[in-house]
Amino acid sequence: MSTTANHPVEQVGGVTAKYVDERLGSNKFLGRNLGKVFPDHWSFMLGEIALYSFVVVLLTGTYLTLFYDPSMVEVVYNGSYVPLKGIEMSKAYASTLDISFEVRGGLLIRQMHHWSALIFVAAIAVHMFRVFFTGAFRKPREFNWLVGVGLTALALGAGFTGYSLPDDLLSGTGLQIIRGILQSIPLVGTWAAFLVFGGEFPGTDVIPRLYAAHILLIPGIILALITVHLMMVWTQKHTQFPGPGRTNSNVVGYPLLPVYMAKAGGFFFIVFGIIALIGGLVTVNPIWIFGPYMPDQVSAGTQPDWYIGWLDGALRLMPNWESVIAGFTISWNVLIPSVVIPGILFTGLALYPFLEAWATGDKREHNLLERPRNAPVRTGIGVSAITFYGILWIGGGNDVIATMLNMSFNALSWTLRITLIIGPPIAFLITKRICLGLQRKDREKLLHGYESGRVLRLPHGEFIEVHQPLNYKELAVISSKEDTLVLPAPAKTDADGVRNPNYRVDQLRHKLSSFFFRDNIERPTDAEIEAGQAHAAHSAALEAPLYEYEQLDQDPVGHGGVLHHPGMPATNQEQVDQRQ
Amino acid sequence: MTDITPSSNNHDESVDNGHADAPAKLGYSPVAQIPHQLRVTDTDPKAARRAERQVAAMFALSMVFIMAFLVAYIMIDKAAVVYIPVLGVVGASNVALGLTLGSAVFLIGTGAIQWAKKLMPDVEVVQERHDLVSEKDDDNLAVANYERGKDESGFARYKIIRRTLLGALALFPIPFVVVLRDLWVTEPGENPTEILSTTMWTGGLRIVSDGTYLPVRPEDLPVGGLISGLPEGLLEVQKADHNLNARGKAAIILVRMDPEQIRSQQGEGWDYNGILAFSKICTHVGCPIALYEQRTHHLLCPCHQSTFDLADSGAVIFGPAARNMPQLPISVDEEGYLVATADFAEPVGPSFWERSRT
Repeated sequence: MSTTANHPVEQVGGVTAKYVDERLGSNKFLGRNLGKVFPDHWSFMLGEIALYSFVVVLLTGTYLTLFYDPSMVEVVYNGSYVPLKGIEMSKAYASTLDISFEVRGGLLIRQMHHWSALIFVAAIAVHMFRVFFTGAFRKPREFNWLVGVGLTALALGAGFTGYSLPDDLLSGTGLQIIRGILQSIPLVGTWAAFLVFGGEFPGTDVIPRLYAAHILLIPGIILALITVHLMMVWTQKHTQFPGPGRTNSNVVGYPLLPVYMAKAGGFFFIVFGIIALIGGLVTVNPIWIFGPYMPDQVSAGTQPDWYIGWLDGALRLMPNWESVIAGFTISWNVLIPSVVIPGILFTGLALYPFLEAWATGDKREHNLLERPRNAPVRTGIGVSAITFYGILWIGGGNDVIATMLNMSFNALSWTLRITLIIGPPIAFLITKRICLGLQRKDREKLLHGYESGRVLRLPHGEFIEVHQPLNYKELAVISSKEDTLVLPAPAKTDADGVRNPNYRVDQLRHKLSSFFFRDNIERPTDAEIEAGQAHAAHSAALEAPLYEYEQLDQDPVGHGGVLHHPGMPATNQEQVDQRQ
Repeated sequence: MTDITPSSNNHDESVDNGHADAPAKLGYSPVAQIPHQLRVTDTDPKAARRAERQVAAMFALSMVFIMAFLVAYIMIDKAAVVYIPVLGVVGASNVALGLTLGSAVFLIGTGAIQWAKKLMPDVEVVQERHDLVSEKDDDNLAVANYERGKDESGFARYKIIRRTLLGALALFPIPFVVVLRDLWVTEPGENPTEILSTTMWTGGLRIVSDGTYLPVRPEDLPVGGLISGLPEGLLEVQKADHNLNARGKAAIILVRMDPEQIRSQQGEGWDYNGILAFSKICTHVGCPIALYEQRTHHLLCPCHQSTFDLADSGAVIFGPAARNMPQLPISVDEEGYLVATADFAEPVGPSFWERSRT
């Protein structure tokens, strides 16, 4: 970096850059990347929120480790929170009380830590929706989708292990449920539970072990995966939404320095600031109200953090099946909702990009995002998965909801059980239909422009509705649709009558591909679009003299006003000329 | 009529594509054919100066808030409370620290974004993507290097070396898995099934009330009443064991109902004059249960809403639990206190793989 700096700070910077460059060759990287272009869209901020809230989690968490004591040794509380004075509790719980009441700013940091963790998981979820519904996971970004799925699972793990650390009554009950879940695993479950808890529940080992996982193991892996995640985004360049000038082989946006850096950097401070404001104003996880953990106590209406709600709901809605096979007990009522269903959901998430690519035979590289309506089946699958998740999540609060609505929770639970089965397919069908309807509307806009709602009587007496051509942005967005053909049905035998060895697989792919694309509304050709827009422009142009006339007259005629009546000039143009 | 197709963007004043000459030299250019609306700050130096002042004001205000944070940290007593509408009575220190820190940080962010939006170029530029797939030469080089490595090491030729190496690498993680065994340090003969199947209860052990730890007489419990019970001597066991394990298994609830209403029990005469003792630990995933509906004799788990009928052997009548609440057989001793007559007949709490073998 040859420096033209005139400010002393810049001179120091230049010298430093040279010093580093001579040892690492770093200026090659800077030269290439300081001007790197990043596309802009509000939905790209969702991943940023996840990243920034994770930074806040790390900063506040580091601070908390200085004051927190992960020990289950019993002590008698003698701090300033009067209602708990003289009560026996673990050091973990006592030190969390101290952070909340004795350490100045401690409660703020603790609440910021909890809030940013909640926001971290929420932002990941919404970011994942964005990536899914816009097809951003397609080639070449399948690996990054996998990393993202891994990060999601780790975020849940980080959240749960941290939630348990205060050793309060609420989180301890959560651990008790985890013990029950571990024990439900066939063959190894009982031993797994005893190893995790260092013997019987609750024991005295689990908090220090969760602590090690929570502050070292899980955040370490998350940090490594985030690095990989961002490096892949950097190398592959960000996807962009369709728009004017945007193609599959370019990036349109703002250069890293200065605009993107200012916006993204500024946004970090905004996220940080909002978390601090929430941490100061909104109480979260008031452990002093719950009291210390006792395995024989519980409070009614207990709720886990929001991201565990769906698992709790699954546990609640599951019918009470248990069987004894060859003398061994299998608790389907615990195993299915807490192990099998999450396993299927996460496996499905991880495999989806590969399944879709295989089923549709799509091997193209996609840097331009797809509008959700243009992939009705994918959008439908996504919405039905969210519906499934959402019903489980509602199930996690069925007691609270039943109490609030003053209804029988037995009836509510049965309603949710049935909805859980029939809701997702219905959501799929409705979503798909909406997408196809929007596709039809898009096709119409491309072929005929907008319906302006203005009726015009032409000089020769014909009435027309004025159609307006699309503006250049909308035209670029709508015409970005790409049609994929259904894979052809395979022949059972070839021309020589030889059996096709891949017939079954090919037939399956044909059927899946047909499931994905057979209802697709075809995009008009470029020529058709051009003709359609020109026609719309022509109809709009017929209206132009009307506006000139209005301006001359200073006597506004409503849109669709009749220009031509007996005694008036024959054409609009003549009218205008006459006036002038 | 506003024509907004890209071909005719000849609204001279409002369109500016050449506004980013410098970046063009660096290898990218503004997107052609997109009309670019100039901002007020691009055309009016006064507006630009105003934006400059706004940004600087935000950064300055941020510094003020940091000072306010320090003042709040030092001045506000940590026990002081303050009433804030909507929030109610809250800790004054926490609110003050949160507001000042949050505002300070937030203002840095808004300042930076205002700067970017008002004063930095707002022309989108284009950069070409490069093919991700490697050039043929690089590809060939990779293959050639691989072949050379294979050849020079003899990995393909030395079959026995290859197989023993793979074997060694496969075995090498085993110790790291094996040492996890002592996550639970076990006395000889200790096994999970045994531990999960026994509790502190034995014949003659008195039932004490949770909280007071005083023994319970049948008269203490009116019909329709409920008491959380524990075995006598639990506190000493807890002290000796330094854990809450015994409590987690032995907790019970005592309920009393009209003996006429008891439809069935898990054992003949396990009640005492209508007093029934059941485990307090849910057979679903182990939450303690305490929501009792006196009229119907239903016991409801607050975690997952499993519902048990205590008048009918603790049978499950709703929810995800699969098994009855285990019943503890009770009686009274010679001094008239309630006692267990034996341990539970089956393991309490959630199921486990070996459960039916006990």
